[in-house]
Amino acid sequence: MNINTTKVISLLFFIFSAFYLYTAYQIQVFAFDENAPFNAKTFPIYLGYAGLFFSGLKLILPDPDTIKVEHKTLEYKKTALLIVIAIIYGATILKVGYFLTTSLFLFASYYFLGERRWILMFLLSFPFVAGFMYLLHGVLEIYLRDPFLKSIGVMG
Amino acid sequence: MIEGILIGLTTALSFKNIFMVMIGCFFGTIIGMLPGLGPMTAIALMIPITYGFDPATGLILMAGVYYGAVFGGSTSSILLNAPGVPGTVATSFDGYPMAQQGKAGKALAIAAWSSFAGGTLSAIYLLFMAPSLSKVSLSFRSPDYFALMILGLTAIAAFSSKGQFLKAMMMVVLGLMLASVGQDSLSDITRFTFDNMNLTDGISFVLVVMSTFAMSEALTIILKRNDPTAAAKQVSLTELGSIKINKEERGKMYRTIPRSSVIGFLIGVLPGAGATIASFLAYGMERNLVKDEEKEKFGKGSVNGLSAPETANNAACSGSFVPMLTLGIPGSGTTAVMLGALLGFGIQPGPRLYMTNPEIFWSVIMSMYIGMVILLILNLPLIPYIARILAVPKNYLIPLILFFSITGIYVMSFNNFDIYLMIGIAVVATFLRLYDFPMPPLILAFVLGGLMEENLRRSLLLSNGSWEFLWDRTLTVCILITTILIVFWHIYKTFTKNKY
Repeated sequence: MNINTTKVISLLFFIFSAFYLYTAYQIQVFAFDENAPFNAKTFPIYLGYAGLFFSGLKLILPDPDTIKVEHKTLEYKKTALLIVIAIIYGATILKVGYFLTTSLFLFASYYFLGERRWILMFLLSFPFVAGFMYLLHGVLEIYLRDPFLKSIGVMG
Repeated sequence: MIEGILIGLTTALSFKNIFMVMIGCFFGTIIGMLPGLGPMTAIALMIPITYGFDPATGLILMAGVYYGAVFGGSTSSILLNAPGVPGTVATSFDGYPMAQQGKAGKALAIAAWSSFAGGTLSAIYLLFMAPSLSKVSLSFRSPDYFALMILGLTAIAAFSSKGQFLKAMMMVVLGLMLASVGQDSLSDITRFTFDNMNLTDGISFVLVVMSTFAMSEALTIILKRNDPTAAAKQVSLTELGSIKINKEERGKMYRTIPRSSVIGFLIGVLPGAGATIASFLAYGMERNLVKDEEKEKFGKGSVNGLSAPETANNAACSGSFVPMLTLGIPGSGTTAVMLGALLGFGIQPGPRLYMTNPEIFWSVIMSMYIGMVILLILNLPLIPYIARILAVPKNYLIPLILFFSITGIYVMSFNNFDIYLMIGIAVVATFLRLYDFPMPPLILAFVLGGLMEENLRRSLLLSNGSWEFLWDRTLTVCILITTILIVFWHIYKTFTKNKY
């Protein structure tokens, strides 16, 4: 059986809107605000109903333009790998520091995307990040926390 | 007034001030190109420097930075689909597809000329209409603003392609829902944070725009790497294409620029509206005004679709100076920063500014025009070099886009949570894009969400909970009728074509 993915997304959005609406009703407002014409939960409640309305319409109305995605041609593996690298980058950036994590993230991404020109990969990671970091930290005076560079005495 | 203009011209044409405009434009362009660092950051960085100058020179430098940053934002929108500035999101709708078709040079040239024309025309409007427009802008009340927001979101119908109306509306609601996360602006009650402190301040605009545009674009490119249909469509990006704009394209721009500059300027004048709403509305209006044949090209590299938001966002920049200089009310976040700087100089902007300090008032207006000329002179020769970014092989370009996106967020918040959230939103956006759910409506709704709630709150409180405010004022009624007409026109067109 062919499942129309757009309808599945609409169904998920419908469920999401219902959850949003439920959470909106749970928002605790101040006692004196409870019967006010407008309080912190008024707008979210309207939004919840709007979400249910539009996704409900999309679910029940016929969908003449079914979008077909050729899953076989999609590069799920490389995309997932890149996402994992980005998550690791996010997890280590504060502890290790901007310079090393960013350089390694770039180097690893080039590698997993199939690049093998090592010198170019190196130049576009470590020196490139150093230059960019100088622009942010040195010229624009945007503070970048970097325990690694601090530990080796490069950064104060 | 003539005397004031002459004083302003003399001040603006001094060697020091022309030099400041040049420095400002150049610096602003560079900053604007870096995702996450918009005009607000650029101007904020300038404030300590400007305190060493006289107020007119300081303000002229900041105006140059402002224009430069908006143009720089357009460059990253067109080349990388990474709008660093909210006002240039609409530029990417047609600018990026144009660059993907090997016409990056042309797209940048159209953007440069449209920015120039929009900025120049609005500087002229500003010259003649500033004092009287300030009175008009004061007549806008909360119900009018709320109706204007509804109109802006309804224009979404115009952004969506055939058969995507409901998908676009779902994205509008999703954008508004994302905007509702965090503390309520009035009561400080936290909403949808699930006891996570990182969400208390809400989700930042840069995070949403970077994840739904730049990051999800990068992931989509990787995902579709082996797709033969996508590969067939992909023209070699090493082609810069000509930067010359042909006669037909010029003809389209001649029609688009005047009307977009008017709408951009007028929206810019309204306090709190600004370049983002102006560019979205100009894009929507243009799509509704062009012939059906041209309408089909919107979102696929239309000259009108690129020229309209570029003209409007620059026109709005000039427009936003009207409430700031004449009323002391900033028209946008960026002019709010500039207002702070002015107060730091000991100058109180307001209706009497152009009488008490004519050299400041008029020299800023004059330097806007000079700034536009300088911006064009600086940027046109640089286009072939800037556009070479696209010639970077994808194995390098994709990681660099991800790097710029993540850095943009990291330097703003310095926490891991925002990076995880960004990746999460990007993954969802990539999946939604596969099934043709449009992202621009989500962004516009996210931008307007806070303002919309605020104006609805004021309107409902003033009318004691009654929805009568919607038809109490003529202006509100006019805006709402326009909205209803757009919706019915769209429904009529949709049903006659049997597409939902």
